[in-house]
Amino acid sequence: MFDFLSRYKYNEREGHSKDVAKERLQLVLIHDRTSVTPELLNVLREEIMAVIERYMEIDYQGLEIAVERSTGRRAALVANVPIRRVKTGQK
Amino acid sequence: MGRVIVITSGKGGVGKTTSVANLGTGLAMLGRRVVMVDADIGLRNLDVVLGLENRIVYDLVDVAEGNCRMRQALIKDKRYDHLFLLPAAQTKDKSAVTPEQMRQICRELAEEFDYVLVDSPAGIEQGFRNAIAGAQEAIIVTTPEVAAVRDADRIIGLLDSFGLRQPKLVLNRIRPDMVRKGDMMDIEDVVEILAIPILGVIPDDEAIIISTNRGEPAVLDQSCRAGLAYRNIVRRLEGEEVPLMNLQEAQGLLALVKRLVGMGGR
Ligand SMILES: Nc1ncnc2c1ncn2[C@@H]1O[C@H](COP(=O)(O)OP(=O)(O)OP(=O)(O)O)[C@@H](O)[C@H]1O
Ligand SMILES: [Mg+2]
Repeated sequence: MFDFLSRYKYNEREGHSKDVAKERLQLVLIHDRTSVTPELLNVLREEIMAVIERYMEIDYQGLEIAVERSTGRRAALVANVPIRRVKTGQK
Repeated sequence: MGRVIVITSGKGGVGKTTSVANLGTGLAMLGRRVVMVDADIGLRNLDVVLGLENRIVYDLVDVAEGNCRMRQALIKDKRYDHLFLLPAAQTKDKSAVTPEQMRQICRELAEEFDYVLVDSPAGIEQGFRNAIAGAQEAIIVTTPEVAAVRDADRIIGLLDSFGLRQPKLVLNRIRPDMVRKGDMMDIEDVVEILAIPILGVIPDDEAIIISTNRGEPAVLDQSCRAGLAYRNIVRRLEGEEVPLMNLQEAQGLLALVKRLVGMGGR
């Protein structure tokens, strides 16, 4: 059995090496393509939050902002902003 | 006016020169008038792959600098009298030619030939910029490896910024046995990642090395898989719809044929 596994270089935990390659590529290419630095993402996060906070109370624990792969060669800025409560008296 | 197509890649050694030699020869086999331009200045290679290294007098830089007329620099192929090579300069450096001179040279060649195939150097520097300067279409060659695909992606972005949209992909050196085991990315994987149309797939084939040794492109060899793969690409360039080779099937059959040919003392 061990022989079989080593011959096929299939790693139980990590799966087929081509899937690992594909996943790593997809991740690295998002950054190659958009050149969004972590600093830029931080600035963006703060400014976007400032706008949203005028209208809503946000759960900062669950907040996520990231550049992800979209259709084709496009990347997408994806934000997940959990709302605690909508502020009343705001238009 | 002929089509000016640049064959390029990000990573080196993935099969650009091999592809230019085979596609050029393959197009000539169909009767097209073809010129192959070696834009890899300082690292001349296309001449030896084609077996034309003994015939070179003038080169690309001589044409650019006006030391000779275009006609004098073009080297006629051994096999087809409508197939030509414009060799790279071996002595000069990459900056010996400007993008504007390349545009001019490609324009001049496109008036006489159906296809102008430009062999680009690897990388993203001056040599690459020269190679793409005169092209209207681009073919990107990659192998199914992480670094090569990553660099191909970078080139796609760069080509786009130079106005060469929708480049086509040639996936080279696929090994069906490794794909089957899940140890090599398959066509679909690479196409999904790069998100550009696929022009063809070339199997990893020792016939490429043997044919390069002889200076006779594999596309001329009716019995090898890589040759068939290049003939298929040629037909697609000509606008024909040709399904991608089934590499898994081809393997079993070819292993058999190879054994038979091997007995014949190849
Ligand atoms: N399908 C294939 N099967 C086996 N060997 C191959 C295949 N394609 C290319 N090769 C070999 O790989 C090597 C590099 O190929 P080639 O010179 O065409 O690459 P290149 O992209 O032009 O390289 P460079 O970036 O240095 O110009 C050569 O030795 C060639 O014979
Ligand atoms: Mg080359």
